[in-house]
Amino acid sequence: MKISYNWIKEYLDLDVKPVDLAEKIERTSVEVDDVIKPSDGLKKIVVGHVLSVEAHPDSDHLHICQVDVGEAEPLQIVCGAPNIAEGQNVIVALPGSRIANNVKIKKSKMRGVPSAGMICALQEIGFSEDVVPKAYVEGIYVLPEDATPGDAVYDYLGMNDSLIDLDVTPNRGDMLSLYGTLHDLAAIYDKPIDLDHPAVKEDGAAIDDQLAVHVDETLSSQYRMRLVKNLKLGPSPMWLQIRLWNAGMRPINNVVDITNYIMLKYGQPLHAFDYDKFAGEDVYVRTAKAGEKLTTLDENDHDLDENDIVIADQKGPIALAGIMGGLDASIHDGTTTVAIESAVFEHDHIRKAAQRHNLHTDASQRFERGVNQAGVQEALDAAAQLMNELADGEVQKGSVVGSSNIPEPAVITITLPHVNAILGTELTMDQVAHILESLGFKVVISAETLTVTVPVRRNDIHIPADLLEEIARIYGYDQLPATLPTGRMTMGSLTTKQRLVRATRKSLEGLGLNQAISYALTTADKAKMFMMQASETTELAWPMTVDHAVLRMNLITGLLDDIAYNSARKVKDVALYEQGRVFYREDGQDRPAEEEHIAGAITGTLLPAAWNQPAQPVDFFQMKGIVAAYLKDMAVNGDVTYVPNADMPEMHPGRTADILVHGHRIGFLGEVHPSIAKKFKVGATYVFELNLQAIVDMPKQENQYDVISRYPAITRDIAMLVDNDITNEQIVALIERRGGAFLQSVKLFDVYDGVKVPKGKKSLAYTLTYQDKHETLVDDAVTQAFDKVSKHLEEDLGAEIR
Amino acid sequence: MSLKDKLSELRQRGLADIKQSTDLKDVNQVRVQLLGKKGPITEVLRGMRDLDAAERPKVGAFANEIRDDLTAALTQRKAELEQAVLNAQLAKETLDVTLPGTPVAKGEPHVIQQIVDQIEDLFLGMGYQVLSGPEVEEDKYNFEMMNLPKNHPARDMQDTFYITKDILMRTQTSPMQARTLEKHDFSKGPLKMISPGVVYRRDTDDPTHSHQFHQVEGLVIDKHITMADLKGTLQVLAHELFGDKFDVRLRPSYFPFTEPSVEADITCFNCGGKGCKVCKNTGWIEVLGAGMVHPNVLKMAGVDPDVYGGFAFGVGPDRFAMLKYGVDDIRNFYLNDVRFLTQFTKKG
Repeated sequence: MKISYNWIKEYLDLDVKPVDLAEKIERTSVEVDDVIKPSDGLKKIVVGHVLSVEAHPDSDHLHICQVDVGEAEPLQIVCGAPNIAEGQNVIVALPGSRIANNVKIKKSKMRGVPSAGMICALQEIGFSEDVVPKAYVEGIYVLPEDATPGDAVYDYLGMNDSLIDLDVTPNRGDMLSLYGTLHDLAAIYDKPIDLDHPAVKEDGAAIDDQLAVHVDETLSSQYRMRLVKNLKLGPSPMWLQIRLWNAGMRPINNVVDITNYIMLKYGQPLHAFDYDKFAGEDVYVRTAKAGEKLTTLDENDHDLDENDIVIADQKGPIALAGIMGGLDASIHDGTTTVAIESAVFEHDHIRKAAQRHNLHTDASQRFERGVNQAGVQEALDAAAQLMNELADGEVQKGSVVGSSNIPEPAVITITLPHVNAILGTELTMDQVAHILESLGFKVVISAETLTVTVPVRRNDIHIPADLLEEIARIYGYDQLPATLPTGRMTMGSLTTKQRLVRATRKSLEGLGLNQAISYALTTADKAKMFMMQASETTELAWPMTVDHAVLRMNLITGLLDDIAYNSARKVKDVALYEQGRVFYREDGQDRPAEEEHIAGAITGTLLPAAWNQPAQPVDFFQMKGIVAAYLKDMAVNGDVTYVPNADMPEMHPGRTADILVHGHRIGFLGEVHPSIAKKFKVGATYVFELNLQAIVDMPKQENQYDVISRYPAITRDIAMLVDNDITNEQIVALIERRGGAFLQSVKLFDVYDGVKVPKGKKSLAYTLTYQDKHETLVDDAVTQAFDKVSKHLEEDLGAEIR
Repeated sequence: MSLKDKLSELRQRGLADIKQSTDLKDVNQVRVQLLGKKGPITEVLRGMRDLDAAERPKVGAFANEIRDDLTAALTQRKAELEQAVLNAQLAKETLDVTLPGTPVAKGEPHVIQQIVDQIEDLFLGMGYQVLSGPEVEEDKYNFEMMNLPKNHPARDMQDTFYITKDILMRTQTSPMQARTLEKHDFSKGPLKMISPGVVYRRDTDDPTHSHQFHQVEGLVIDKHITMADLKGTLQVLAHELFGDKFDVRLRPSYFPFTEPSVEADITCFNCGGKGCKVCKNTGWIEVLGAGMVHPNVLKMAGVDPDVYGGFAFGVGPDRFAMLKYGVDDIRNFYLNDVRFLTQFTKKG
């Protein structure tokens, strides 16, 4: 809501600049989006009187105008507007002026005719097209007849006002009006406000004989109408048009403008019906019936819903209550009798109807938040009075009241010690009472208790905490002390899981992977890839895009998306990890289980090529080394084994291994299947994904000290030829099993399957290290143990020792 | 020539030879020549048997003295020559130390993670627990228990990804308030927790909106918690994350789950409070929402609002990171361009 600084000053004696006022509102009431002075940035734009208009000899639409701009000589200006006419007062941008969007106007020639400046439309001096009166949308604006040529135009158009654009929170419906804002400002500046109240001059017949309303009180707790006859429809006076366009509303005619003006002033939306269009003299407030339709003022057709509140006559709906009137019974040229409606509609119905019909109006916005239910009649009277004053209307006697349930003001008790205990202040009774009274609340003090009666207009205040907020904000948050909570001590420490998750991240970063955070919502296809367990998908009911419609059940596809993004930007070496959740859902359950996972992906090289080392493309064993080092950091208890898995459709069948800890599968690693990599538009990529929760839950080995033997170790190398299908794991397991008490370690140092070995065979070579912790090992003992291993390799695995 | 003179002459000549030797081989040759079994000193000593018994010890002592002198001279010369060889070797090994170091593999934590960790560490130090909650949440916890019943207009402030009527992607970390309040045993002490996590909104991704972002919820509930405590806590947070010269100010706001509700602004990063485009000339930038926990929230979670109360706040690490580093597009955090990820390397 844009609120006028000048309008505020009519009621409140303020000596502050608009920006300072805005700052104060922001600090004390509601957020301020902007402060706008419409004339800012404009220069040398004056009233001009059109002395003569001639057709341009070389154009069928341009005119050559002689314009008096208050100087000795008139200016010759070429103008293309269709509505230019002799005798008009117009907006002239003089040579050297600046119009909207910082455009400079210079003397020029238009089709050979010199033109000293420009005659402007309102849009050209910064008005939004939405607020320009319809008559002037397609042409120049015509100023009032009494405008003085040569004067700056700004004051004529209300452009020297400052408009404070309030971003009103949903609880503060009262701030969507001048009067509501004034009440807050009165408290902020601790000054009285002098609000005017209408005195309607009634005439003619009693309304009761001309109109009856029948209201479902559950839909409309108050419904009131007045009737004004013999109206002279016409444009509103300038002051009223200015109020409207400065608030962002288009002036239409005096009757409609008055209803909008009253809404801006009181916050009460009104609607004006053409009484003569009513079928009969009865008006109904009810829900719509199945199949009913309505064409609203904006000329859109609506199929009404049975939950829509409508205003209807005998024939059917004439307005979508609280949102927008119908076209048929609207004010139009020729309207002479107007029924003005001032009402309160049930906010939930309004909110849903506005959503259903996608029709969010100034009225619906106010009804959704709640209007001042104690001011419904006053707004109605004020509108009727203005229609009398500005349109010569004859206000019929009395109002018809279909319902009149005005709520009782809230009465809240609160104690001074409570105020100070919650705010952390040392306010006195006087201070607290004064703040509440300055907001227009009634306060009765008894010992340390305040009994506060809250005006109906503040429908956001119900409980003591609401009063605390009023006290705190008016007192000023800057004045609150800044302390830290005291009381019983609490321990702050991470849980085992949190520590392990942090350690996981550190470990992988130490191993060269950068942390990525990808989107958890992905496509249905990607959600289902690289699955580690069977699961149903979890889909959004109303996704924004198919790209983010389904919850992921793996982390790898997110990393592949990231790699693709990098790759498309010519970043070819990417090493990422991600720690996050995957979402597994069981059939029949609405809610998925969330499982913490950790995944990594490397493409290109982990170490870039440098002057002293060539680039080494990532391969299976580099990724395996990373996973192994990470699992070592996590100290999982039990053997980590890698079992080939040729069955994952997204993985290379010959380069993928399940990762098992103590026989339990916790994840997998390997090369992304080349056809999947192609689909993602990435190069050869190695990945792993592990169930991090499983790692958290596993037993861990504590760090322990092992004496480093003082006795020398003896090493023996063994090389052998074995069949291709014999694995390293089998050989190492056999050596360890048969290696004897002194075997400390087995280390593979060579693998060869080139031309020098027979087909179907490969050569492997290991270093065996023997050591006795308690004495020097004798060579014979080693030889004996080593021979035993050799023998078993030959017998059990068919190895040929070389 | 007496034996003594002979010895003196031997010394003169020996020392000169040692001095003239130019490499280790020379030195060795000189040693053999002078001190070897067939060398002149041995020869002189052999001639001692012709001397008087009285003379013999004197000449013997003199000969030993000369032998020691020569040995010392040889050792010294050898050391000098070895040093020279080493020096020559080192000179050959000189590197261009300005050549770049060999690259190592090194990964970086995500910038949002860094901010979350920093917040966690700060609050751990003040005795808070760190808790995490589900990302797929029940409407009950995300909204209803946060004092946002169905059809509450403030639900429109948060566009929600629903999965079913009652299940949704959490729009905020606030449901962790309800979840922890329900469980906490106040006889064991106050509740002080933060809860970082990912949240989701039904937004179209653009430079300032992301359908996925992060929040850190904070909650303190005890018998005597004040709004001044909230202000002080937010001040500590701002100082920790941004530095001591940043001020915090509170402004009224509206959240259904707090009353009073405030938004906290901090001094503008860009202009230091003077006023600029970034802060719309106010000198302040909005960074978080907070307030005193609404009595309804306590009641619904089974906590007596007449006895207990406190504050809650919600921080957006994405926004913090954008402000702190001037990141102009929130999508950078989720697209994971390595050139972006590796910019935030300062540790400690």
